Amino acid sequence: MSSSLIDHDVLERVLSSALRSGGEFAEVYAEDKRSTSAGLDDGKIEQVTSGRDRGAGIRVVKGDTTGFAHTADLSEAGLRAAADAAGAAASQGGGGTRTVALTRQADHRVGAVTHYPDTITKAAKVDILRRVDEAARASGSAIVQVSAGYGDSRKQVLIANSEGVLAEDEQVRTLLRISAVANGDAGMQTGFDSLGHTIGFELFDRYDVEEVAQRAARQALTKLKARPAPSGSMPVVIKAGSGGVLFHEACGHGLEADLVGKGSSVYKGRVGERVAADFITLIDDGTMPDEWGAIGFDDEGHVSQRNVLIENGILTDYMWDYLRARKEGRPQSGNGRRQSYMHLPMVRMTNTFVTNGTDDPDDIVRSTEKGVYVAKLGGGSVNTASGDFVFGMNEAYLIENGEITEPLRAGNLIGNGPKVLQDIDMLGNDFEMGNPGTCGKDGQGVPVGDGQPTLRVKSLTIGGTAS
Amino acid sequence: MSTSRGAHAVDPALIELADKIVAQAQAGEQVEAYVSRGQETSVRVYEGEVEQFTSAQSEGIGIRVIRNGRTGFAYAGTLDPASVDEVLSEARDNVEFGTPDEWAALATPDGVPVQPIDLWNEALAAYGTQSKISLAQQLERLTLAADSRIRVEEANYADGSGEVAVASTTGIRTSGRENGCYVSIGTLADDGPETHTGFGFAVGRNPEGLDLETAAFEAAQRATRMLGSTKPKSRRLTVVLDPFVTAQFLGVISSTLNGEAVIKGRSLFANRLGETVANPFVTLVDDPTNPLAYSATDVDGEGLAARRNVLIEGGVLKQFVHSSYSGRRAGTASTGNAVRGGFKGTPGCGCLALQLQPGLRSQADIVSGLSDAVLIQSVMGLHSGVNAVSGDFSTGASGVMIRNGALAEPVKEFTIASTLQRMLLDVAEVGGDVDWLPMGAAGLTLVVDDVTMSGE
Repeated sequence: MSSSLIDHDVLERVLSSALRSGGEFAEVYAEDKRSTSAGLDDGKIEQVTSGRDRGAGIRVVKGDTTGFAHTADLSEAGLRAAADAAGAAASQGGGGTRTVALTRQADHRVGAVTHYPDTITKAAKVDILRRVDEAARASGSAIVQVSAGYGDSRKQVLIANSEGVLAEDEQVRTLLRISAVANGDAGMQTGFDSLGHTIGFELFDRYDVEEVAQRAARQALTKLKARPAPSGSMPVVIKAGSGGVLFHEACGHGLEADLVGKGSSVYKGRVGERVAADFITLIDDGTMPDEWGAIGFDDEGHVSQRNVLIENGILTDYMWDYLRARKEGRPQSGNGRRQSYMHLPMVRMTNTFVTNGTDDPDDIVRSTEKGVYVAKLGGGSVNTASGDFVFGMNEAYLIENGEITEPLRAGNLIGNGPKVLQDIDMLGNDFEMGNPGTCGKDGQGVPVGDGQPTLRVKSLTIGGTAS
Repeated sequence: MSTSRGAHAVDPALIELADKIVAQAQAGEQVEAYVSRGQETSVRVYEGEVEQFTSAQSEGIGIRVIRNGRTGFAYAGTLDPASVDEVLSEARDNVEFGTPDEWAALATPDGVPVQPIDLWNEALAAYGTQSKISLAQQLERLTLAADSRIRVEEANYADGSGEVAVASTTGIRTSGRENGCYVSIGTLADDGPETHTGFGFAVGRNPEGLDLETAAFEAAQRATRMLGSTKPKSRRLTVVLDPFVTAQFLGVISSTLNGEAVIKGRSLFANRLGETVANPFVTLVDDPTNPLAYSATDVDGEGLAARRNVLIEGGVLKQFVHSSYSGRRAGTASTGNAVRGGFKGTPGCGCLALQLQPGLRSQADIVSGLSDAVLIQSVMGLHSGVNAVSGDFSTGASGVMIRNGALAEPVKEFTIASTLQRMLLDVAEVGGDVDWLPMGAAGLTLVVDDVTMSGE
């Protein structure tokens, strides 16, 4: 780890200063992030972008009120000004003096980076895009357009709070996304794939970028022959590693303690109850090395951990951040996250997944007389209060008489979280993690991972047009 | 071209900084500097108490360099001199890695005059902290009073102000500042084991002018209206899109009218200029010079004058929107439609402030003439179920059935699906109830025939 973003004694003075107006808790979150991105479209490297984001957010809590201010000025004067603003925001008066003594947390790193992005030439980075373009176009003459994006970031983070916590972390992420357009008699179709891990440029030694490009291209080509998706409810089989977003939306968000606390989750008051079949175990795990949602510490300085949310079908716990845990007088779970120093932390998922079942994935398809096989889910969203959620099908096929047959055009699936969870009736033994995701909540995006084995939902509503 | 947007000039230091960067351009280089600074306040109230109060300042610079048809870009979220120097040198360095593109160039002033719009409100700039908190508290009280079945999830007040200076070696020199504020509220209505949600908001530049009563009423109505809702049977029928949903639908349509998508072969309307693509009473205009539009602006993301463009007239596709790049490449010119998200990015191309030419009737009158339809109150998953390249349209929805000219039972957990191409042709009526929503398109009630509803 390189030198600290802010000196130890400056942090202690800033935190004490933040508490001057009567706050009970104060926190400094500082980050210095360097990023590179490059875009290819229409056969050209359009642009390489270098970015630098550096600043601190200061939070002061008094009673149920949180005051927050952020600044791009990391000098002691800049930090003190933000601390005063946050303190004043949290409090209309009162006051007192408290000194803060910080204890540095032991380093906690999940995974190891071998090729830091700043050690790799920009030429090598844009070359990845050229390879992707070439591989996608070589997949078929009907591929008429390809766009691809490369992105890396190295973020140094420091979190210190008035309870004495001082944690430092460094997060390195590398991402590749590709989108292909195929043109046929019935119009254009698109294919999309991505590759992203919490590691450096070694990503491209470990994974075959040509294969990622070909998958996106094949998806577009396959859909040229697709027919409209059906309209109505039927069984849906979701391929391993392609549908973790189902759990992210169907129950993950509903298990976030901030939503539960305000009574806007269908899972409120249901800990200890059966919410799924006994073969369903749902985990949120920030410690999975290299995965897109991996973190050493959460953005409140709490060490990342593995949390069991549903065990053998029984709801065991929610996910917690500092504020919600403090209110309930219980430990945090390492789920306090934020998009950047300009944002307040809240309860967020990390890597959320369902563990293996025992069914043979081929048997799951064979035992489905008529339904839909989803090979790639797209994004999704959920209304946590009603439990209704949707997600898009990027690549899907009909299942007829136990066999995967014709490709289907894009569409949304809709269901109700608690009901769908109960309706999962088969679970495969072929667990895989899925694509890197960005989870949006209250205007903030954070990197998350998800995963699941092949599974079947007894009944989901397919939002197509074919009767 | 030198313009000063609105009646109030920006901090001269920002303009000086932009000029200083441009002055460092070397021979054969085009350089553009975008410098901005902003402030925001947000208050969240819950059960009468302040739950969060954020006061924030931000600043940043983005520099674009073009040489021999290659583009490089860099940004930093600070204006300290050392960082600014690093941004310029990084942008220059990045030029080496782009592919030469004969059309790549900065915008050049095109002689279209800038129509000044006042985007700054002095009353908001002087508005006190306690008043801001009171507005959120007042909205929470009004909403709770609107219906006894309602719980409030959160009540918010937020405002922001920003100033921007842009300069380039091609003669662009523009600056301006604007501010705005809004209140919003999230509501919950319990229904056995389920809970329905609603929201309401009011947006403006003058905090004293925000219509809290309407926001409270709509937030309560949206949630309570769904009480007792069930999942409908699958079938085809006419849908009536609420203004808020129509605005989202127009946002999807806008990407098919994007000149950059056309030249890159991603628009389903490419090669269809002059053809009928919509029902004859569909006229779609992009007009950021209308001060009523939430996204009103006098200049686009490249510093050219914003202007009114008619995209679809009487159902006929008249033109696409262009940035200087897409216009040059398409053999036409910029329509003043460069869009830019701030200092962290370079301009793209897109619609700025869409509006359907309104019809005559209110939503109530429209509903009274329908014997079998569904009013769509909200949609979910437009980002995942709509593909503007293929035209496939499928989205989660909730709303209220319409039977024999009256609103009937609420319905939820269904999808509506068609294709974008068909929906434009199947428009059966455009409402007269224009609502200037805080989005890139104005809302109004829109009736579309023959849409597939998927439920049980």
